[in-house]
Amino acid sequence: MLSIKNLHASIEDKEILKGFTLDINPGEVHAIMGPNGSGKSTLASVLAGKEDYEVSAGEVLFEGNDILELDPHERAGEGIFLAFQYPVEIPGVSMVNFLRTSLNSIREYRGEEPVSAGAFLKLMKEKKEIVELDQQLTKRSVNVGFSGGEKKRNEIFQMAMLEPKLAILDETDSGLDIDALRIVSEAVNKLRNENNSFLVITHYQRLLTYIVPDVVHVMVDGRIVKSGGKELALELEEKGYDWIKAEVV
Amino acid sequence: MSENSIIPIAELSEDEKIIHEVTADNQYKYGFVTDIESDKAPKGLNEDIIRLISSKKNEPAFMLEYRLKAFHHWQKMKTPKWAHIQYPPIDFQDIHYYAAPKQKPKLESLDEVDPELLKTFEKLGIPLEEQKVLSGVAVDAVVDSVSIKTTYKEKLAEKGIIFCSFSEAIQDHPELVKKYMGSVIPYRDNFYAALNAAVFTDGSFVYIPKGVRCPMELSTYFRINESNTGQFERTLIVAEEGSYVSYLEGCTAPMRDENQLHAAVVELVAMDDAEIKYSTVQNWYPGDFETGKGGIYNFVTKRGICKGKRSKISWTQVETGSAITWKYPSVILQGDNSEGEFYSVAVTNGFQQADTGTKMVHIGKNTRSIIISKGISAGRSNNSYRGLVKMMKGAHNARNFSQCDSLLIGDTCGAHTFPYIEVGNPTGQIEHEATTSKIGEDQIFYCNQRGIDEEAAIGLIVNGYAKEVLNQLPMEFAVEAQKLLSISLEGSVG
Repeated sequence: MLSIKNLHASIEDKEILKGFTLDINPGEVHAIMGPNGSGKSTLASVLAGKEDYEVSAGEVLFEGNDILELDPHERAGEGIFLAFQYPVEIPGVSMVNFLRTSLNSIREYRGEEPVSAGAFLKLMKEKKEIVELDQQLTKRSVNVGFSGGEKKRNEIFQMAMLEPKLAILDETDSGLDIDALRIVSEAVNKLRNENNSFLVITHYQRLLTYIVPDVVHVMVDGRIVKSGGKELALELEEKGYDWIKAEVV
Repeated sequence: MSENSIIPIAELSEDEKIIHEVTADNQYKYGFVTDIESDKAPKGLNEDIIRLISSKKNEPAFMLEYRLKAFHHWQKMKTPKWAHIQYPPIDFQDIHYYAAPKQKPKLESLDEVDPELLKTFEKLGIPLEEQKVLSGVAVDAVVDSVSIKTTYKEKLAEKGIIFCSFSEAIQDHPELVKKYMGSVIPYRDNFYAALNAAVFTDGSFVYIPKGVRCPMELSTYFRINESNTGQFERTLIVAEEGSYVSYLEGCTAPMRDENQLHAAVVELVAMDDAEIKYSTVQNWYPGDFETGKGGIYNFVTKRGICKGKRSKISWTQVETGSAITWKYPSVILQGDNSEGEFYSVAVTNGFQQADTGTKMVHIGKNTRSIIISKGISAGRSNNSYRGLVKMMKGAHNARNFSQCDSLLIGDTCGAHTFPYIEVGNPTGQIEHEATTSKIGEDQIFYCNQRGIDEEAAIGLIVNGYAKEVLNQLPMEFAVEAQKLLSISLEGSVG
């Protein structure tokens, strides 16, 4: 599904990713943990194609194709979804309109017909239930006036609507209370299947008790320094990141 | 940035050049010219030309007198300089003041309209055959200076509604024209209003009798076709006691290298409990995107008077075209408890300049007004809001709410706000809110990540921003206006 080799990326001449390598197979859930400033969110942004970052070396293959040359909307069309750490507000644009534009843009990219209004509304109703989203929320402007928890649930809702092949969850657990965390995690678990993959970026272990990963990676200073099973997350929780840092040095 | 000197392409940054290349073909899709014979007066303005116009239109004596009075007054006036716009002086002697498509003097049916003209309107998406016309919209089509065809006239006449060209109104309803023409905007009002009064050739006339709700949207579609001509139309709408009318106007023009002058006058009169909704989608040719060459100079005077108690006048405008826009649709709130509204979206891109806003003059008691203005600037354009809220001594408990927002795209455009407030009554209440924002990179990226490309993302964001105003438009127009906003901003980001 996703194959990243020796990726180097910088912002304003400061190198953040320093030889990052990772392989994710279809159906797998990978977690990336790491201390603040280790480059986790940069990785998410670079994969999604944010322009501020410059890739100086390495390659990113998605289903065998180099995606570094693709525009962000083309990457979305290919099936990459990013659940934002800080979802953006767009005043005056209703969630319904936004999502319909989004879904149809992606379908158009794939050479598919747009969905009819009826089918779209039905799909939306179905998916809203998965994330237990307030029915009224989709009538409001994109993320405007949403609480922190609503914004995160809204990201997962969009993911459910768009059914990406690869979903990157960038600290989706930050700022969530325990109930919202459960809802978000359950939604992700429902959407998991053998054909899609998840890259879960998190700072804390607690999300991973709900979304059980196949592989846990520890990222320090722009690259993966240790990988293991789900028990690695627990070990990190117990010993903190200093232990890893010490081991690496 | 407020300087708007023209910068040659060669001096643009690499990024900007790419934008220009990519967007070279996106431009103005109404820029074609129709090949029809036209009957043109020689260039220049003098008494003879005015007499010629008046006689071509077979006008009664009072009209010629009015025109000549206006002309003599205009000769003593100077072009207004206070607006935040820059342009070379206009040579008023280098313009044709009368141009009409050649056709039979009186049209009995659509078959007699020049097929080329019908094709023009088809191309513009405005079929004139009544069965094809958008249901519920009656259309008056004006090319250059002459009304070509008014649809649904007979059906409206059953209710006593008069909807016809201004020239016909002069012939058929001279008493109404005499009574109301110039009553809201006298020819002395300003330079362009005086010019219009002297040389106007056509426009629309609407009269809604007492107690009648006009059953369909009335619409005028203005088209400039000829070169070197000015278009000077005049619209007058009178809504008698307890009546209602919603009126729409749309405008386009061919792409030409020279600037063309459009100086219209629109007067609205609302009696007791009457309501007039006036919507405009202005899409005159904006000039060349890369050089700023050509484009329409749009100097328009629009004003309505809420003469009666509890009357209401609402202006909604979506301004995307013209090289220069100079217009301030205003309301005089004379009747007690009357209401005035102004909803505006003005988009400028390329080298466009807009100075637009409104005047709300509160005279009567408990009068209310709302001003919602959304300016969107991109490219090297300049966009100004200019507004006056005036509460006279007798305007007890008058209220106004104004909101003026500016949205900037890129860093080479300018947005300016010039609000004026004069309050002569201590019970008046005025609220003014203003914001300036830049379209966020993060908003665009968020859309991109959801599969929406850059152009579509900007269209989406801008339409969201302008929603309050677009919501005021009748359905068919709202859809068109939304598309127009997106198209106008194509190529505005890097």
